Amino acid sequence: MIIQALAFYLFAFVAVAAGVLVIASRNPVHSVLFLILAFFNGAGLFVLLGAEFLAMILVIVYVGAVAVLFLFVVMMLDINFVELRSGFLQYLPIGGLVGFILLAELLVVVGGWVIVPEATSVAAAPIPPIDQVTNTEAIGRLIYTKYIYLFQASGLVLLVAMIGAIVLTLRSRAGVRRQKISDQVARRPGEAIEVVKVTTGSGI
Amino acid sequence: MLEIGLSHYLTVAAILFTLGLFGIFLNRKNIIIILMSIELMLLAVNINLVAFSAHLNDLMGQIFAMFILTVAAAEAAIGLAILVVYYRNRGSIEVEDINVMKG
Repeated sequence: MIIQALAFYLFAFVAVAAGVLVIASRNPVHSVLFLILAFFNGAGLFVLLGAEFLAMILVIVYVGAVAVLFLFVVMMLDINFVELRSGFLQYLPIGGLVGFILLAELLVVVGGWVIVPEATSVAAAPIPPIDQVTNTEAIGRLIYTKYIYLFQASGLVLLVAMIGAIVLTLRSRAGVRRQKISDQVARRPGEAIEVVKVTTGSGI
Repeated sequence: MLEIGLSHYLTVAAILFTLGLFGIFLNRKNIIIILMSIELMLLAVNINLVAFSAHLNDLMGQIFAMFILTVAAAEAAIGLAILVVYYRNRGSIEVEDINVMKG
């Protein structure tokens, strides 16, 4: 029990600290790296909650794909980030006010209610005992049966996002020599080679 | 204090969500950080869902969190693609210039 509490406080503290540094660090590359740290600690919290499949998905999808995408974009674009931070303190009071009010409201909500005891008995998909069915298997049994249409729809969302990203960023630049396969296939020996009769003692 | 319950996780999620919102206000000009703040807020929402899933013994929350993860990945890809196109056209990513896009 004490190990669980220590692990929770460690993950929670590092996640919050990394979150602060994401929004406060000067260099966007550092921001991305702190975002990765925050996601790792979020995955740790998921493991503590018994959702190990989601924890691994979080690490793979966010750290492996999204954060690396962010890193690529930050490094690809040649931006003067110092200039972008010029109004940093201008919005601090209003942002701090809104954030403080929101946090206070959220904490009031968190502290101010109780769950009815019978709520656990009306679960839409009760978690099976962990010693019989693992978390991954239980999720698989649900998403491939009951929520198969939602699962397929999320696949479609990803497909549309992929096509959209490619369509948006693909451009045909002039002056780039590309491989034209049809031209290569259409080449005939008559136009590709030239037979030159070289007389002895003289060059071409 | 040592008994970790639902409200602990909800508090962490609330703090992370507020940090995301605060980041949007703080980095008004840098749209990359704004996108990262949105990712932070989505992580907070996922923590909420998974905490309730564990507390109520209902797997539905984890499945919801998985779908949110999917949508978040799609959103990040599209957002960064738009950002790259915008940078190509204007040579900067100043959010305050973006209102020239309005028709």
